[in-house]
Amino acid sequence: MMRTSDLIASAANALRSNPMRSALTALGVIIGVASVVAMVALGSGAQAQVERSIASLGSNLLIVVPGAQRGGGGVRAQAGAGGGWDSLTIDDAAAIAQVENVAVVAPSQRARTQVVANGLNWNPQVEGVTPSYLEARDWQIAQGRMFDETEERQARRVIVLGATVADQLFPNVEPVGQMLRMAGGNYEVIGVLESKGQSGLGTDQDDIVLAPLTTVKRRISGRRGRGDTVSQISVKAVSEDALTLVQEDVETLLRQRHRTREGEDDFTVQNLSSISETAAQTTQVFTALLAGIGAVSLLVGGIGIMNIMLVSVTERTREIGLRKALGARQSDILHQFGLEAVTLSVAGGIIGLIIGVGGAWLMTSLFNLPLVIKPETAAFAIGFSGLVGVLFGAYPAWRAAQLDPIEALRRE
Amino acid sequence: MAALISAQKLTKHYRMGDETVHALDGVSFDVARGDYCAIVGPSGSGKSTMMNIIGGLDTPTEGRIVIDGNDIGEMSDENLAVFRNRTIGFVFQSFNLLPRMTALENVELPMIYGGVAPAERRERAAALLTRVGLGQRMDHRPTQLSGGQQQRVAIARALAGQPPLILADEPTGALDTNTGIEILALFRELNREGVTIVIVTHDHEVAAATRRTIEMRDGHIVSDKANDRSARHDAHV
Repeated sequence: MMRTSDLIASAANALRSNPMRSALTALGVIIGVASVVAMVALGSGAQAQVERSIASLGSNLLIVVPGAQRGGGGVRAQAGAGGGWDSLTIDDAAAIAQVENVAVVAPSQRARTQVVANGLNWNPQVEGVTPSYLEARDWQIAQGRMFDETEERQARRVIVLGATVADQLFPNVEPVGQMLRMAGGNYEVIGVLESKGQSGLGTDQDDIVLAPLTTVKRRISGRRGRGDTVSQISVKAVSEDALTLVQEDVETLLRQRHRTREGEDDFTVQNLSSISETAAQTTQVFTALLAGIGAVSLLVGGIGIMNIMLVSVTERTREIGLRKALGARQSDILHQFGLEAVTLSVAGGIIGLIIGVGGAWLMTSLFNLPLVIKPETAAFAIGFSGLVGVLFGAYPAWRAAQLDPIEALRRE
Repeated sequence: MAALISAQKLTKHYRMGDETVHALDGVSFDVARGDYCAIVGPSGSGKSTMMNIIGGLDTPTEGRIVIDGNDIGEMSDENLAVFRNRTIGFVFQSFNLLPRMTALENVELPMIYGGVAPAERRERAAALLTRVGLGQRMDHRPTQLSGGQQQRVAIARALAGQPPLILADEPTGALDTNTGIEILALFRELNREGVTIVIVTHDHEVAAATRRTIEMRDGHIVSDKANDRSARHDAHV
């Protein structure tokens, strides 16, 4: 019986003796593995990006907005009595706070107005919020502080800036303590939010000014509609598991309060984690599709190995006959040629992995995505290329092992 | 002491289309240990079939052949491979060295299949190459060696597994006359040291260099006689 070390040496020797052919044969596997690795890394990167941006919207979060949702699409204003854009009120928010498993409720009113400071103009999104808004959204203060309940109740002219607004209006000075003008009044900047980057939809979440809800209602958005309406209520559940239950409870509660029936709602409760799940699934399908294309080229690489191994067996018929005459068993010949195929494919797999990681790094830095290389991807790439070698090397090796030594030795 | 090779009523039939070819037709003979004999005959005489069966590459259709205690007809493919490795040292007309290996590596080859440890293998191969006069050319590849040198490497390879029998198929067929005489001289030396050698050839001059000639024709042995010493002597001059 042949020693394993001799078997490996013999395979390496055979492959080295025809380096160009070996390299070209391995190339098929190299391309296959490289494309699988790069595509999976790219897909995982995109997935991580989507998950990260959705997580930045807040975890365990439900968002209640006025208007009904039509099908899977957007939100529309409900025509008729009681419905419309102003169907949500601060009292609704207070009622939701009583629902079981609700951790935080934060009503907010959106407004758009120009802000001016030091002669610089900017058009951020202005959000009138209660102090609990930060907790609901998992936002952090980077500098200064958030306004408190008293300031909110008293409709004080204090604001907290998003990172983008702070950069635009106060490029050279410390923003906290500065004054800016907004909707005809002077406001003091008391804090700056930590940067959160782009949302999953590509909007800049840092292009925002937070002001006390009462301040916005009284001084900025004016007296449009009823005085106690809000444009959004953020509801944070105590846990992810409770989220669906809380969503149902909130919907039931609001139907009672608004006297509507299911299907005629004048509000919509959005579940951000279900949105993120959908987005993650989409990227997963995308990744699988790309990996599938790579796998096809790996298959083609395997066929290339089989082709070359068959040629090699024919060329080396005499060698096989000689080896058999010298005492090689069928299993020795089988292992020798099988190992040559596996060596080709695994070497191709390792080189392909390196190229694939390099390609993924290049593409992710090009598309500004995080680079995600899972160790199981690497293990899979090498394992699968080995499997390709075994599968496509088996038949040529079997043919070699079956050769009749007398016939083989006679062959020129 | 039992004979090294003992063949009784060996028959080998091949089917070629509708016809049955009787390559061997009831052949019996013995070869004693330490013998040096030639099997001669024209092509079609059955000598190649004889060689294949002695070498464990083929099995007889009928009859019995026992070599060094191994009944060739009763063995599995696996056991035949082991038999070839341990019992037979092949020498071929066209040398059959592997071109991408050095002389040393070629000699090591049968020991690889015999499971000999690398260090011992190397040592034995080097000693054998020195024995056949190629101590200075161990790292040469076959293409860097002359025909006679290549055949010496092949003989060293045949001796590598320390087999009781060297089986040579037209060992001088690809060599010029002088080189052929040198190779036969090497065989004679090895035989004097106790190695049993069987040469299969169509060349009566080569056969005359051995101690005994078995002549075959149409699947039968037509003569089996000892060569006289003077003829052997002449062949080496």
